Amino acid sequence: MNGHFFSDTSVMFRRSMRHVTRSLDTIITVTIMPIAFMLLFVYVFGGAIQAGTGSYVNYLLPGILLIAIASGISYTAYRLFIDLQSGIFERYHSMPIARSSVLWGHVLTSLVSNAISVVVIVLVALLMGFRSSAGVLAWLAVAGILALFTLALTWIAVIAGLSAKSTDGAGAFAYPIIFLPFISSAFVPTASMPGPVRAFAENQPVTAIVNTIRALFEQQPVGSAIWVALAWCVGVLIVAYVFAMVAYRRKIA
Amino acid sequence: MQATNVAIQVQGLRKSYKQLQVLRGVDFEVARGSIFALLGSNGAGKTTIVRILTTLLKPDDGTTRVNGFDVVSQPARIRESISLTGQFAAVDEILTGRENLIMIAELRRVKNAGKVANELLARFGLADAAGRRVATYSGGMRRRLDIAMSLIGAPQIIFLDEPTTGLDPEGRLEVWQVIQNLADSGTTVFLTTQYLDEAEKLADRIAILHEGRIIVSGTLEELRKLLPPAKVEYVERQPTLEEIFLAIVGSDKVGSEKRELR
Repeated sequence: MNGHFFSDTSVMFRRSMRHVTRSLDTIITVTIMPIAFMLLFVYVFGGAIQAGTGSYVNYLLPGILLIAIASGISYTAYRLFIDLQSGIFERYHSMPIARSSVLWGHVLTSLVSNAISVVVIVLVALLMGFRSSAGVLAWLAVAGILALFTLALTWIAVIAGLSAKSTDGAGAFAYPIIFLPFISSAFVPTASMPGPVRAFAENQPVTAIVNTIRALFEQQPVGSAIWVALAWCVGVLIVAYVFAMVAYRRKIA
Repeated sequence: MQATNVAIQVQGLRKSYKQLQVLRGVDFEVARGSIFALLGSNGAGKTTIVRILTTLLKPDDGTTRVNGFDVVSQPARIRESISLTGQFAAVDEILTGRENLIMIAELRRVKNAGKVANELLARFGLADAAGRRVATYSGGMRRRLDIAMSLIGAPQIIFLDEPTTGLDPEGRLEVWQVIQNLADSGTTVFLTTQYLDEAEKLADRIAILHEGRIIVSGTLEELRKLLPPAKVEYVERQPTLEEIFLAIVGSDKVGSEKRELR
């Protein structure tokens, strides 16, 4: 059975990627919306925001990337939910395939499609004046952190997709996650926020991740932020994976 | 009957969902190459039986063997010899009809997936719609694609859970023809239905599931003998299967359990 895992996962992945590329709605939400946010913040609000000495697009980009990923994973939950609803999930499970490939196909699609939207957004940011002196290693570190962030959120999406009761419910869990960057250092420095909000902003995962990526882009020392960011990502990943497996076992009985 | 001639063997099958006892000791056998119809009202537990036989659900008790393999200890072996067409057409709406077939062929490791897909598209009258997304298909076309997907890899036993529910009369006749052809080619067909004429038309053997047990099973002729011979009125006629069903089950029970348990 496990000998088929890679070929079966590859079939599932290609199928699921077609769902992404054939859905205009998905492409708009995961790429056009974050780019629109970036344009809005840089060219409309940016002039009024005091975010240090550098260019605002440099400051903003890490947060925009996290928003794009958070909107992207809601579609993973949606696609998984549709599979359960349509009965195709049961069809797969009655077939002689590696059963885990059904979930991993969705997870891999989430990683790849989010990576594509991240690349597109970075390219647009370059057109808008984003510049980084980061070397190859720093870029790889950024890619690694974003991949870990995507993976952690994807397993949360798997829980939502497996346990949702309706299409709306399957995607709704993503809204708080999409909102998190707004109460973080992603758009404005946390120092400008009132006490309790600032305390929340400085101790939630997005701030640590954003600060780490920003430091990597600017070739500044990452300090302890990178460890806090990694701890959050790995911690959420493990907890979400365990709960996703519980939800999965409940589904296949 | 030789064990090798038995495709499905169920003895003392029990399944409960929390307090609710759905199956309370179900016994039946399905011969190889035959069409077996399981009848029952909504909520009688037909889908529960299908889900246990197709390894999607674990039974609480009893012996259940499919193609000679035990559903609890050898589910992987069973999956190699069966195919499931569930209550709702389990097709991918975003993919085209051809892509759906190729996907299943690849998962079943069938050689020449493209060729197999083209043959099935032609056989099921879907060649013209092959390159269209399934979202644009009619109910009958979806069901035909669904069944075509189930035939890939030539499974020995095919499970069809209410295959004609929601189809128009023409679509039903098409599906009936497909089922008949399958049985003619030696495939064992396990069918559940609420349409009594469907069982009457297709099935070699019929079993009636009521209140968690098989209360009657046999050929249509055997079931007919359970009732007194046709009464002479203005027109003489045999009782239909529907009348037999309602007389045995008690018509007041029919429709009292609205929800089919899944």
